[in-house]
Amino acid sequence: MTEPVQINASTATLARTSVFKRILKNPMGLFAIAVLSIMILVAIFAGWIAPFGENTANIGKTLAGADSVNLLGTDSAGRDTFSRLVFGAQTTLLSALLCAAVAISIGLPAGLIAGYYSGPFDSAANWVVNVLMALPGIIVLLTIRAAFGPSVWISMIAFGILISPGYFRLTRTAVQSVRNELYVDAARVSGLSDSRIITRHIFSVVRAPIIIQTAIVCGVAISIQSGLEFLGLGDPTVATWGVMLSEGFKNVYLTPTLLLWPALAIGLAVGSLVLLGNAVRDALEDREKVTVSKRNDPPTVALQMQRGPRKRTASVEVGTEKHLVKVSHLAIGYPQANGTLKPVVNDVSFTVDRGEVLGIVGESGSGKSQTAFSILGLLPPEARIISGSIQFDGEYTVAPGEDIVNQSRLSELRGKRISYIPQEPMSNLDPAYTIGSQLVAPMVKVLGISKAEAKKRALKLLSDVGIVDPARTFGAYPHEVSGGMAQRVLIAGAISCEPDLIIADEPTTALDVTVQAEVLDLIRDLQKRLGVGVILVTHNFGVVADLCDRVVVMQAGRLVEGGEVREILGTPQDPYTITLLDSMLENKTPMTMLVSQGGTKS
Amino acid sequence: MTDAARGDLLVVDDLIVEYPGKGFRAKPFRALTDVSIRIGQGETLGLVGESGSGKTTLGRAVLGLAPVTGGRITFEGEDISHASRKQRQKLSRDLQVVFQDPYTSLNPAMEIGEILAEPLTIQGIGPAESKARIKELLDHVNLPSDALHRQPREFSGGQRQRVAIARALALSPKLIVCDEPVSALDLTTQARVLDLFLQIQQDTGVSYLFVSHDLDVVRHISHRVAVMYHGEIVEQGPASQVTVAPQHPYTQRLLLASPVPDPDRQEVRRANRRRLLDEQKNPDLVAAAGS
Repeated sequence: MTEPVQINASTATLARTSVFKRILKNPMGLFAIAVLSIMILVAIFAGWIAPFGENTANIGKTLAGADSVNLLGTDSAGRDTFSRLVFGAQTTLLSALLCAAVAISIGLPAGLIAGYYSGPFDSAANWVVNVLMALPGIIVLLTIRAAFGPSVWISMIAFGILISPGYFRLTRTAVQSVRNELYVDAARVSGLSDSRIITRHIFSVVRAPIIIQTAIVCGVAISIQSGLEFLGLGDPTVATWGVMLSEGFKNVYLTPTLLLWPALAIGLAVGSLVLLGNAVRDALEDREKVTVSKRNDPPTVALQMQRGPRKRTASVEVGTEKHLVKVSHLAIGYPQANGTLKPVVNDVSFTVDRGEVLGIVGESGSGKSQTAFSILGLLPPEARIISGSIQFDGEYTVAPGEDIVNQSRLSELRGKRISYIPQEPMSNLDPAYTIGSQLVAPMVKVLGISKAEAKKRALKLLSDVGIVDPARTFGAYPHEVSGGMAQRVLIAGAISCEPDLIIADEPTTALDVTVQAEVLDLIRDLQKRLGVGVILVTHNFGVVADLCDRVVVMQAGRLVEGGEVREILGTPQDPYTITLLDSMLENKTPMTMLVSQGGTKS
Repeated sequence: MTDAARGDLLVVDDLIVEYPGKGFRAKPFRALTDVSIRIGQGETLGLVGESGSGKTTLGRAVLGLAPVTGGRITFEGEDISHASRKQRQKLSRDLQVVFQDPYTSLNPAMEIGEILAEPLTIQGIGPAESKARIKELLDHVNLPSDALHRQPREFSGGQRQRVAIARALALSPKLIVCDEPVSALDLTTQARVLDLFLQIQQDTGVSYLFVSHDLDVVRHISHRVAVMYHGEIVEQGPASQVTVAPQHPYTQRLLLASPVPDPDRQEVRRANRRRLLDEQKNPDLVAAAGS
């Protein structure tokens, strides 16, 4: 895949700046940034903006209403409310920043070291963190106030220490998840020192969550600080919003507006910080949201459910009922952000008969799995059938003109007449249940037999798929068996309800080659014995040669060639099939170029 | 060519790697037992085995990423079994790596240019010189020079693997440990990347320790091949012998298990494999039946 990259150079720089742009595009983010910038500007230029000093009292004019001199009136000591609000912004915001700075400077380095090295430091740090989190925060703050006096700075430093575990845990988890990434290993091989690995490669992972956390922490700090001061624990000589709130509350019956202004400021600041945190998170997690327009959404989903039992879907073309599966001119697409459908499968047609093994072969992105899933009816809900039809045993599962797979029809077939062997055996078994119960449950449901009978059948199936001690495997949990064994179990599950068609999606790709050979033998034997049709999706021509009667080759969603397996593998016609076969290493002269020099067929 | 004639670049003697067991006083897990290999200059040693055989661990031990509990690793006559970070930094000029997964071996937050500059900067190479070198590297692995300012996610798997190869080549190393470098790639991409490995070896005379689970890949690219099974090397020798007419029963099973893209030849191979399995399971019986 060395096709030149068609992305123009501007895309890269775009990616860098786009996070900030995306925050601004978000109305929440824009609002938060606007409010916070105004507050910060006010705080910085407080000395110029405020007409009076924060503690300049005019005893002759207490609890006055708003006028041209005192824009928002005065408090019980005759101090100008507007000026106090402006100076309050300075103190309040600065102390919130101090709190976050203390928390970051403790939590971040500790988290980086604990996450990267683990070991004794990690254990010790975790112990300290647990103690800190167990401490009742408010009581600690009250104690500190009693010991050190009513300084907003000291209480915010203390609060910063108390919430540093939040940063520690965040950082530690993020670092642990990348510590064993290969690019960190590559940096180690280059001889990069640990401190440079952390700053260059690991810190970038932590950066974004830290920013989000900080916005929220600042908000929390402001509310805790205001809460303490509201209780009368603040320093009355320093104007902060919390002190003003406390002052206003004392005079709430005389001048209720005194309470309003600081409350409004606190609410706006805390709200904006939380919104900013959310906006940053959204911007970082931004995926192009593809909304399937509701109007185009076919009413077929609901309608067919209703009319399914009453009215039969259109009958298939005469003469084609004999095929077990017939896919004609199938095209599948996914909706894009701009409202169009992006096709991933285009004009694909093939048939599978009873007792026949068809291989669908192609590279990643060729649409081979999409084609298989459309027969199973397991496409993601947003996928659309653009054109074509699929019929199974003489009846349409996708009739011409329908744009989704008819689920009501397929749910009758799936598991019963069409079964599936997946690629990753381990992730397809539920680790919480024993293998036996996972085999028994579908048989009880689909075949309607008793549990005891199903168990007897399951044990027989397990021995059929070559498991030496069926009883032991029956009682085992998935993690207790090997990958090859797990695949045998899934094959046993696939044949348990006597299907007519088995769809195997790369059934041996995750297995070792010696195990692959055994599983291929097993599939071949079972297919012969049961006479089922098999659709085998694979990228491996060796597997195709081993198992398939016929094969179709797919490239970029199109079917390029199809026919008898000997024909296609022996005398391929399509240039793409020829390239694929040329890329096989078997039977090539070692140490020679495969593609670069001619690439002639051997 | 014999080993002596080549002059050995890397010698591994009776290497033992043990990972500490999980839990208090647990028995350590032994990943490698008495492994010995040697790689000459300009030579490729293919290391083949199935999952859990220890082939990746051997590569990682050479790179200093796995704990060496016994034996010796010698690179250019110098014992590097327990090399310090400082020694590693010096060593990284001559010893480099290409990992399996091109999606996680490049830092997603860095531009290609930064990724390629990193090994150069560590060795104290100035920005102008390193810029020229990076251009040369991109050219060598057939990537467009405007790739410099892009991020890894803008590239396909094959292209990313080219970037990883370029990073390994940056300092003109003498040995590159390749850990399953083509396993995550499509067939046609695999062929192109293998061509690139061969081309680079022809041009620069670099040696490879080429780790793979695929006997066909190893046969194609290696001068000599070592087969690993349960943490031990069970067979070692010239590629043409080990991968075509193997002696050890496990290698024989491995060879016959790999399917060939021709139904008729595959049928023969399948029959041979069955016969081999029967023979290995019950050698006396077969011998009696044959006589």
